[in-house]
Amino acid sequence: MKIEIQGINKSFGAVQANADVSVTVASGTIHGLLGENGAGKTTLMRILSGYLQADSGEIRVDGGRLELHSPADAIGQGIGMLHQDPLDVPALSVLDNFALGLHRGFWQRRGRIQRTFFNLCRRFGVQLQPEDRVGNLTVGERQQLELVRLLALGVRVVILDEPTTGISEPQKRLLFETLHRLAEEGLTVIFVSHKLEDVEMLCSVATVLRAGQVVGELRAPFDRERLVEMMFGRAVVAPPFASRCTTREALDIQSLVVESSRMRMAPASLKACAGEVIGLAGLEGSGQRLFMEACAGIRKAQSGHLVIDGVDLTNGRYRDYLDQGVAYVPASRLEEGLVRGLSVREHFVLARQRAGFLVDWEAAEQVASARIAEYSVVGTTGSRVEELSGGNQQRALLSLLPDSLKLLILDHPTRGLDLGSGIWVWQQLHERCLQGTVILFASTDLDELVDNSDRLLVFSGGKVSQPVASAEMSREELGFMIGGVNL
Amino acid sequence: MDSAIIIETVRSVVASSTPLVFAGIGELLTERSGITNLSLDGSILLAAMAGFAMAYVSGSLLLGFALAMLVGALIALVVAASSIYLYQDQVAVGLVLTLLMADVSSFVGLRYVRLPGPSVPSLSIPGLSALPWVGTALFSQNLLVYLSYLLVLGVWIWLYRTQPGLRLRSIGERPEAAFARGIPVNRMRMVYTGIGGALVGLAGASYSLCVKLGWSHNHTAGMGWIALAIVIFGGWHPFRVALGAYLFGALKSLGSLMQPVYPSVPTQVFQAAPFALMIVALLLVAGDAAAIERRLPARLAPLVRAVFQHGTPAGLGRRFEQG
Repeated sequence: MKIEIQGINKSFGAVQANADVSVTVASGTIHGLLGENGAGKTTLMRILSGYLQADSGEIRVDGGRLELHSPADAIGQGIGMLHQDPLDVPALSVLDNFALGLHRGFWQRRGRIQRTFFNLCRRFGVQLQPEDRVGNLTVGERQQLELVRLLALGVRVVILDEPTTGISEPQKRLLFETLHRLAEEGLTVIFVSHKLEDVEMLCSVATVLRAGQVVGELRAPFDRERLVEMMFGRAVVAPPFASRCTTREALDIQSLVVESSRMRMAPASLKACAGEVIGLAGLEGSGQRLFMEACAGIRKAQSGHLVIDGVDLTNGRYRDYLDQGVAYVPASRLEEGLVRGLSVREHFVLARQRAGFLVDWEAAEQVASARIAEYSVVGTTGSRVEELSGGNQQRALLSLLPDSLKLLILDHPTRGLDLGSGIWVWQQLHERCLQGTVILFASTDLDELVDNSDRLLVFSGGKVSQPVASAEMSREELGFMIGGVNL
Repeated sequence: MDSAIIIETVRSVVASSTPLVFAGIGELLTERSGITNLSLDGSILLAAMAGFAMAYVSGSLLLGFALAMLVGALIALVVAASSIYLYQDQVAVGLVLTLLMADVSSFVGLRYVRLPGPSVPSLSIPGLSALPWVGTALFSQNLLVYLSYLLVLGVWIWLYRTQPGLRLRSIGERPEAAFARGIPVNRMRMVYTGIGGALVGLAGASYSLCVKLGWSHNHTAGMGWIALAIVIFGGWHPFRVALGAYLFGALKSLGSLMQPVYPSVPTQVFQAAPFALMIVALLLVAGDAAAIERRLPARLAPLVRAVFQHGTPAGLGRRFEQG
């Protein structure tokens, strides 16, 4: 189906998310929609898939005007959207999720539904167990399920919103293969992303949005510099990684074993020098999180030792970890990192005024306004954290950290951030290394791992590799190790 | 104790627990759709009074039950509508209604206190009631008891074997996802709250017309709160909710059986014991199933999971803003 988006306007209060946006998507192509966070991509796609109504403008499908009042309308018209956070029901099984909304009848014809499900799975090389609980699947698997479900509903246009965030490399490869096949079969694919390399790899055309407006359209092969300039209005280049590693040993982890109800991690050992950056590679749920939580003092270790600057902190109180200069920045910022409903100023009270009874609002205001200026957080000291954009939430989290730290642990430090914000975050982190902070960070993005660390620990199904120097690793080797080969 | 006494005890436990089964299953349906109806205790009182009064005045049991169900449904719909359309807090509205309806039942029911009235007759099911042991205990009962069996089975089939049941589970778990699949979330919530409320009303009337006949002040004695607890205890699963209701009934009659055996123990102990035991059971369930599992031998794990794992509907009590 050919889609013509013409002159769409959409405002939320004073913010104009889409301003006179026009995009034409040809049938049977993979069309990229590029832009940094807040450029208006998701708003536009939510209008196209029936979640939002445009203030003005129209959408034509194969020449006919499209009227949508709900996402179900859009599905009826053959337009389906795959959301960044898969819009499924975690408590239900894979098959129940697949069946939900698929048929009208009264009885659940599980046999028939299961056959349809398996046929589609086989066609696209997806491996899902019908009775697994969706809440136990990885984001990548939930995405596969949603895609298969949309195809079963007979959609002709598939919109994917940042689909490569939080999925593994093999899952990404499978997704791209599937999308190519769908395009060959005549489906229209709209791929929304802020990741240049994904768009380069996948799309034949890309439209770039900036601040709610269309900046331009490019065709493959893409000129990367031109794309970056269109996205940001200027050239953005990450400075090359320079190691700040010293010779002073600051962190000594000996045969640390951590266990959760789901997984027991093999013993992990690591000696790191002050100023060193260690990347934790691996598919999500391979044990990195357990390892980080144990290092941060949030989770008890079963055995082993953790020594920071000569002080043995193994299974000490969390308070001792904080006093020793250990900090942890979790991946889910709003769930674990920040407190929903509290303002930026109140977060500084929580983080900085641990003693005393009365709140010193003046001091909090001073430190908060100084820090958010320093970290260029877009917002005020009175903004509640959930009102900030993802990038600004991460900036706020980093601004809350104490000035001097011995060990800084970060889970996916740039998840969901655009290129510019991601580069900015890493500049801040590398500056901390100058003061001798050891950084441990987990990521599923191979480029981020290799480009920003001195050494890597590779996790695979609870097993941990010896530390390896990042500079000596190729992306392929790393991919194999993550898959459990040569570990 | 000879077998006849045991059979008769089981029979009376099943009969006296039946209102609790209705109330539990009704609240289960409501909560599965994502609405918490905390007005249960007041609803049951008012429905018990209205059902009895109507049957007394009109001489028709059917009219009594119909009025009770209507009362239950209307109160439940106030809770749902005030949340969905008036942006009010479900918990607050439910609690206020509980207090209000309890007083209304006392006030309106004044002239019906301790009157001899109609009751639902027993009806043995030919064939089934001749079965050894369970025959008399389960199938020599009144019609409402049989209806409760069918209801529990029917709700299980509805939830786990039908498309509308799957949709019901989805709106209570993740309304956004259900809406994206074309399910009118808020309308369904109104429907299921209404049906659930009607069953709560039926619970009230079945108490005053089958179990403890007639009407008096605070006639149903906290049944609504027990039903709310049993829904949690039963993990929002119809079989386990029914089991919870019977367990509570058994604990209560165990008290009255034990009383003559231990005459030195004050009677209040036996009256209070079922509530205390219920709290212990709830503590076990409210705890993390995974944590309980870790402390027990591995071969007990499936059992622990089946009994203790609770599936609080993730969307329970959360308003859904339809786009």
